[in-house]
Amino acid sequence: MRATALLLVAMFSVGAIAATSDAALDARLKKLDEELRCLVCQNQSLADSNAPLAQDLRREVRSLADAGKSDAQIKEFLVARYGDFVLYKPPVKGSTWLLWFGPFLLLAGGAVVWWSVSRRRARPSRETPGAVDGTAVNAGVERARELLNDPRT
Amino acid sequence: MKSLRLLVPLALFVVIAVFLYLGLARDPREIPSPLVGKPAPAFTLAQLKAPDQKLSTADMKGQVWLLNVWASWCVSCRVEHPLLVQLAQANVVPVIGLNYKDKVPEGIAWLAQYGDPYKISVVDADGRVGIDWGVYGVPETFVVDKAGVIRHKHIGPVTPEALQNTILPLVRELQKA
Repeated sequence: MRATALLLVAMFSVGAIAATSDAALDARLKKLDEELRCLVCQNQSLADSNAPLAQDLRREVRSLADAGKSDAQIKEFLVARYGDFVLYKPPVKGSTWLLWFGPFLLLAGGAVVWWSVSRRRARPSRETPGAVDGTAVNAGVERARELLNDPRT
Repeated sequence: MKSLRLLVPLALFVVIAVFLYLGLARDPREIPSPLVGKPAPAFTLAQLKAPDQKLSTADMKGQVWLLNVWASWCVSCRVEHPLLVQLAQANVVPVIGLNYKDKVPEGIAWLAQYGDPYKISVVDADGRVGIDWGVYGVPETFVVDKAGVIRHKHIGPVTPEALQNTILPLVRELQKA
């Protein structure tokens, strides 16, 4: 009786340990599958897709993980077969340089345009007629006074 | 100087239009294979019609050959099939069939019904070899050279144009080498 109880406890605890490590592996694989693209329905990740190929690739990813391969090694395995396309996040390299840094180039170009336009707008505002040439204004005032003081008028 | 500045929007428009046009002209379903130019992934698989005999990639060394991935459940395989049968009759290049994720009796029945263009068909029941070859849809066709290097991959049914303009010229060139 006691032996049976012990055996049961042992069985359940082994089951529990196996279950927790399975859960950790499942979480890791889920995260990995979400970073990989399904080749058939291209806007879905491996985790989301129910295509037969996605199921096969999930099985392949799991068996590689079971064999002790790291996430990077698993990705390498898939990239060697399907190319960078299988990765949702493209790697930084020569052919993807424009993709990664192009937006920053455009931003910098926009900043240059903005700077030169705002400089050009700022300059003429100092030259507007109303705010210039104090001597001309003074001369006008002087002339007006002369006319006012002129006894002939 | 002023007139040059007026041309800037036009130049931008042309650049964007060219990029968009190139983007439209490309088929997003055709994913370039990283395996082109690399040694063909090795396999040793049971033959469809003679399950006790195997065929290995090493057996094909020294000749140019085609690997055609097919299945009895694949509808578009039927589209290219008559062309493959013609190609087999012309006896230009051996075609090896990779019977992908299929059931053996159904594969054999399919070949009996539509004709068998394959020198040998091998069975990839669980699709593992397909994954090694980067197969993501059926049909796909690979050109392998004498040294066992993949030289070309055709995705989707082989069309008469693709066969005449790309595959056969490449095969002839590789056979001369």
